Amino acid sequence: MSAVLGPVVTRDANAFWLRAGLWLLLAYLGVTLLLPLYALLSRSVEDAAGHFIGLANFAEYLSRPALRASLGNSLLVAGLTTLIVTATAFVYAYALTRSCIPARGAFRLVALSPLLAPSLLPAIALVYLFGRQGVIRDWLFGEPIYGPIGIVIGSCFWTFPHALTILLIALAGADGRLYEAATALGSSHWRTFRTVTLPGAKYGLISAALVTFTLTLTDFGVPKVIGGDYPVLATDVYKQVVGQQNFRMGAVVAIVLLLPALAAFILERRIGRHHSALSSRAQPYLPTPRPARDWPLFACCSLLAVALLGILGMAVYASLVRLWPYDLTLTLANYNFDLRDGGSWLAYRNSLWLATLTALAGTTLVFLGAWLCEKVPALPWLRGLIHMLALLPMAVPGLVLGIAYILFFNHPGNPLHGLYGTLAILVIATVAHFYTVGHLGAVTALRQLDPEYEAVGASLRTPAWRLLGRVTLPLCLPALLDLAMYFFVNALTTVSAVVFLYSPDTVLAAVAILNMDDAGDVAGAAAMAVMIFLTAAMVRTLYAQLSARLLRRLQPWRAGSRA
Amino acid sequence: MFPSRIKLITALLLAGFAAGAHAKTELLVYTAVEADELAKFKAAFEADNPDIEIKWVRDSTGIITAKLLAEKAAPQADVVWGLAATSLLALAKEGYFQPYAPKGLDALTPAYRDSENPPRWIGQRAWIASLCFNTAEAAKLNLPKPSSWADLTKPVYKGHVVMPNPASSGTGFLDVSSWLQMWGEAKGWAYMDALHENIAQYTHSGSKPCKMAAAGETVIGVSFAYRGAKEKTKGAPIEVIAPSEGVGWDLESFGIVKGTSKLEAAKALADWSVSRKANEMYNEEYAVVAMPGIAKPVPNFPAGIIDKMIKNDFAWAAEHREAILGEWSKRYDGKSEAK
Repeated sequence: MSAVLGPVVTRDANAFWLRAGLWLLLAYLGVTLLLPLYALLSRSVEDAAGHFIGLANFAEYLSRPALRASLGNSLLVAGLTTLIVTATAFVYAYALTRSCIPARGAFRLVALSPLLAPSLLPAIALVYLFGRQGVIRDWLFGEPIYGPIGIVIGSCFWTFPHALTILLIALAGADGRLYEAATALGSSHWRTFRTVTLPGAKYGLISAALVTFTLTLTDFGVPKVIGGDYPVLATDVYKQVVGQQNFRMGAVVAIVLLLPALAAFILERRIGRHHSALSSRAQPYLPTPRPARDWPLFACCSLLAVALLGILGMAVYASLVRLWPYDLTLTLANYNFDLRDGGSWLAYRNSLWLATLTALAGTTLVFLGAWLCEKVPALPWLRGLIHMLALLPMAVPGLVLGIAYILFFNHPGNPLHGLYGTLAILVIATVAHFYTVGHLGAVTALRQLDPEYEAVGASLRTPAWRLLGRVTLPLCLPALLDLAMYFFVNALTTVSAVVFLYSPDTVLAAVAILNMDDAGDVAGAAAMAVMIFLTAAMVRTLYAQLSARLLRRLQPWRAGSRA
Repeated sequence: MFPSRIKLITALLLAGFAAGAHAKTELLVYTAVEADELAKFKAAFEADNPDIEIKWVRDSTGIITAKLLAEKAAPQADVVWGLAATSLLALAKEGYFQPYAPKGLDALTPAYRDSENPPRWIGQRAWIASLCFNTAEAAKLNLPKPSSWADLTKPVYKGHVVMPNPASSGTGFLDVSSWLQMWGEAKGWAYMDALHENIAQYTHSGSKPCKMAAAGETVIGVSFAYRGAKEKTKGAPIEVIAPSEGVGWDLESFGIVKGTSKLEAAKALADWSVSRKANEMYNEEYAVVAMPGIAKPVPNFPAGIIDKMIKNDFAWAAEHREAILGEWSKRYDGKSEAK
């Protein structure tokens, strides 16, 4: 027995800390996710004095025609955007994965670039492209850009890379044998496309459509800037809370916004299960050049890429013009944010801080959380619960989270009230907002590791944390860097949750864009949007170089497979 | 190793506390003054009061007012400064302000401050409604120059007029309030119904219509004289017009928030704000200031605008503000830009 006693003791101490870690994580997610959402729900069924009144607030909501109209508008705009984006992103992804068009790397780079910009950027660029003084305003045949047209175009720009990423993955894994069989059977190209390619990408298409729908529905930046007099749910929430300080009605609209997002999310998860892994005998499909397919696809991609670059380029150009459209001399005056109504360099510095801190805190928390969920052999129900909680933020739009945070943290009775108005609450909110994707990424990386490491570690009586530090972390380094990058870029570009939580000291760059646009200083807003884009692009480039170098030094065995 | 690190941390902490002890008094000031002027006022005040540092919270009039009302139970601001008198009147009625008679109060126009003694709020300068009219775009579209409010309802201007939303913008509210005061309820609302037909957009801020006109995004922006003069000076092809029927106006005013822990600093700001120096600074951009006899003409202000200022009943406007905004939202909210 004595031979066994040693490891049992260490393992017990070990297990105690791991269990404690799980409980702590549950407590953290409870405080930063569940309780705020509960505060939101309860506020929506209370009257101004705090008495429970059932669904009376929702009845009042439905009795206001202006608010009701927004629901229809939101669904219409999101539906149209979804159709356009899913179709175009499919063509684009198809061209990149299943054809031999030239410059595929460049096309991919261009299509993913909107990820580095706040959703406000395309909206601002549209003012200069299609506004009354727009460069190509005639293309709208006299229709105003302020309204549904502007919202749809702007939303297409920034949701495109999200849909594209999903479809690239869906189309990347094809079984070459099916195509060989189709050719051998004399099937036409069109028939092969219909019977092999499309069914194979079906779930990817549905998933891309649902993601695009939810993103558009819950985005606030585009309709705020270019929506004009066209009300949608997201701007209604903002109007109620910031414009009229009516938190009760704000909570109600937030829940109306939460429902479709939640439904789309659940649907997406159910479909996600159907993603079938490729059989192990599958042969990778390698497209062969075929001009009749490749040149039209090349033309389509070029058109889309030019549209994306045009919007981006317009924002940059507009930020450099002295007085649009009467004095087109170039100047950097618009970047003098301290003299702009609603903007300041402080906002930019704060955003850098927020992005850095979110990257650090988010990566640490999410990775440790995922590690606890995956590698701790205890309390399976608790791990399952945490995993479910970790998926929740994906279903909660940023605006909804922001309001939930005000209601929860700004309550005078809350012991965490002191956090309100600090940079810390912005970091916490941003980590919570983007928790899911980070968590799923970390879980995937951890699952790729051989569970034997843990078994060997246990038999060698190595404490879990040492195994984590010596083996797991170095092996997951690429995933960790990805995670940090994801948090950094999103913290830099997001506006939806933080717009409710900033204080004069912690105003952010993306919020400054909104405020400058509100004050009519559109050129200043464009300049700040460009600053965010450039910063994200620069950090992204640095990251690519750094991670390549780190990998070569720390994980030379990967170099071969990566090159 | 550890003790030295602890020593270092302690030293740093102590240094932090020491620095804290000598820190300036930070005054949280809520304001609706245009941002391009705020830096100037902050610098001038802090130069005269080196122990005090101003921290601005700036937004449009309606937003700042809503914020102040929402925080009524536990006010955050130390001073409200440069906000519409109509709003300060309503807030004063809620007992928001600490009455205080700054040094040199007697030198100000009595009509421009609270009638109680000591006053709860004091006016600084008047901002006056004006139209910004883009002549270049008008020429392209063959639109005549408007000279009155009534002109704006003519069918030729359909879709060419932008005005601020009165619920968020103080400028928007003073327009609505002046129309109702000049013409009475029935005629006033009938006018707005007709005007609504021509409105392309209601904006969040009072400056934005004029900036849009300056950029050719609209032909006519209903805004205020300071913004129009400023854009014209910058080189925008606009003309600043004071409509013939009379123009609404409001007073940028200040008041000390009751219960502030920084009363002395707040009083220093109040004293400074009624000084001759401050009034001369107000006059750099605004033609009408609280201290009589010092105002010089402001470049590009519309001629004769001072004579067109209506007889403004602040008490009436403050009392009816809520009801007017409710009625306005009910009638026209569909066309409003998100606030």
